[in-house]
Amino acid sequence: MIVSLTDVKAGSKVRVTRIRGGLGIRQRLSCLGIHPGDVMLLQKSGFMRGPVLVNIHGNQVALGRGIATKVLVEVES
Amino acid sequence: MTLQLLELNLPTVICLNMIDEAEAKGIIINIDKLSRLLGVPVVTTIAHKGWGLNQLFETTFKMGHKPVKSEFLTFSKDVEQVIQDLIEHIKEKKYSKKLNVTHRFLATKLLENDQHFIDEIKKKDMEFIKAVQGYQLQLEKCRDRSSDEVISSERHHLSMQLYESVVKLSKPKKEIRNYLDSVLMHPVFGYIFLVVIMYLFFNFVFYVGALFEEPLLDFFYKFLPYAEETLGADSLLYHIVSGIVQGLAGGIAIVLPFLFPFLLGLAFLEDTGYLPRVAYLMDTFLHRIGLHGKAIIPLILGYGCTVPAVMATRILESERDRFITSVLTTMIPCAARITIIFGLVAFYLGPKAAIFVFIFNIVVVAIAGKILSNIMPEITPGMILEIPAYHVPSIKILLSKVWLRMKEFIVIAWPLLIIGSVVLSLLKHWNFEGFINQLISPVTLLLGLPVAVGVTLIFGVLRKELSMVMLVQALGATDISTVMSGTQIMTFTIFVLFYVPCVATIAVLIKEIGSKKNYICNYF
Repeated sequence: MIVSLTDVKAGSKVRVTRIRGGLGIRQRLSCLGIHPGDVMLLQKSGFMRGPVLVNIHGNQVALGRGIATKVLVEVES
Repeated sequence: MTLQLLELNLPTVICLNMIDEAEAKGIIINIDKLSRLLGVPVVTTIAHKGWGLNQLFETTFKMGHKPVKSEFLTFSKDVEQVIQDLIEHIKEKKYSKKLNVTHRFLATKLLENDQHFIDEIKKKDMEFIKAVQGYQLQLEKCRDRSSDEVISSERHHLSMQLYESVVKLSKPKKEIRNYLDSVLMHPVFGYIFLVVIMYLFFNFVFYVGALFEEPLLDFFYKFLPYAEETLGADSLLYHIVSGIVQGLAGGIAIVLPFLFPFLLGLAFLEDTGYLPRVAYLMDTFLHRIGLHGKAIIPLILGYGCTVPAVMATRILESERDRFITSVLTTMIPCAARITIIFGLVAFYLGPKAAIFVFIFNIVVVAIAGKILSNIMPEITPGMILEIPAYHVPSIKILLSKVWLRMKEFIVIAWPLLIIGSVVLSLLKHWNFEGFINQLISPVTLLLGLPVAVGVTLIFGVLRKELSMVMLVQALGATDISTVMSGTQIMTFTIFVLFYVPCVATIAVLIKEIGSKKNYICNYF
């Protein structure tokens, strides 16, 4: 099932399927190592509509709400 | 990233920094193999400890004139075919020579729809652009994604292949710092720790600052009576000298004692890696006023001095965010304005009133932020923030960071401070005070303040903390509570808090966001 990153529970492993949005966002995310096909661990989901914290290739990255909704993921068991 | 650089075929040395961090995470890299695969030398360093830097320089020096050939960089067959076709096309037109890049680099960049190169060629040759668009379409068809995604995922795929062939993973060492985050970024405890850390931080700053402020001020003011004697109290020269001395004293005795521990503490928080976490925690709240978490850093800096705070807005990506944050920082009470709050409100009306002023200030800043972001309803690019692992900062780097920021203050703000003081002295010399009081009496009357206060407000533009000193002089009473009522003291303080920022701030604002916008800023 494909959902946006904001709808995933903290602690789950997800695979990025698509990044909606323009070239700018895709490039900035790819600089941090987030591409379609990557597996990342959602460490914390935003509290009170805050940012989400993901662990990607061993690095922590915080994504603001606006960006997190644009990242579509598939939950891996 | 690195693969893109290699496409340029320039002489390259790869430096793997923070190799100790990688090892702590259980990542072991086969350096020789990586170097062989990429066809360039690879050096490992731990820069903040200075390890491997010599080797890096030596290798770089040797490599200086040898171009690299990285032939192995090929994408999957279908994508590669499109790239090769485009390369042939580019070779015919000889564009890569004109733009001074390799064929392959230009080809991939064009397929990625890179604005710079597309524009460059659009100027000359629209037909070629059409051809490029054809190739882009071809890519999109075979992968069912936009062409730039295809290229970037190919590149990513390549780097993952490299990664798998040279990296051995072992079990990461368990560390305390992994647990640190579960407390410091906790939705409840995180904020409690944030408040505690900020409280300790500001206590440290004011403790150290106060320790140095008084002896230094005494030292400078001892000099004044001496100058008065030798030059005569009414001479023009005396007023100029006293202006310079006061400007110097203001810089050395009032600003530096607070700025130094403040910047030191901030650099410490930054280098340990706590600051990005603050940004993470505050994102929720700043989002409400249309900014994102990173904007908290200049806002915190604003409590020290507005000048470095405005400079710190550079970390924000969009111009709109930089502008809004700059305006907000000018409203945050800086060290000089905090002394006024302490000296007037806390001293005459009690600490509760002072806390009220601070809270009132934060509320106003929040409302102003909300209004500004509604006026400029551009969508912020959103926060993408890398959260580094915790480090033990090195003292050398801390000090050099502090020095760098202090230098900005010394070069820009200080000369203006001195000039401001001299102007002030000259005004006093020619007895312009009464005239100024008359001029702005409408404002002072509107606020319900004594007319004599007017001149202090003008001086406040030059030097904030002077408005308090001048207040004593202008009213001719040492105990202000005898001439001003509680409400008047409150109005005065709040007015000083929000009106025109000091000259030094205006100067930095002009430098950072342009004079036009500065005008709007001051209006607030």
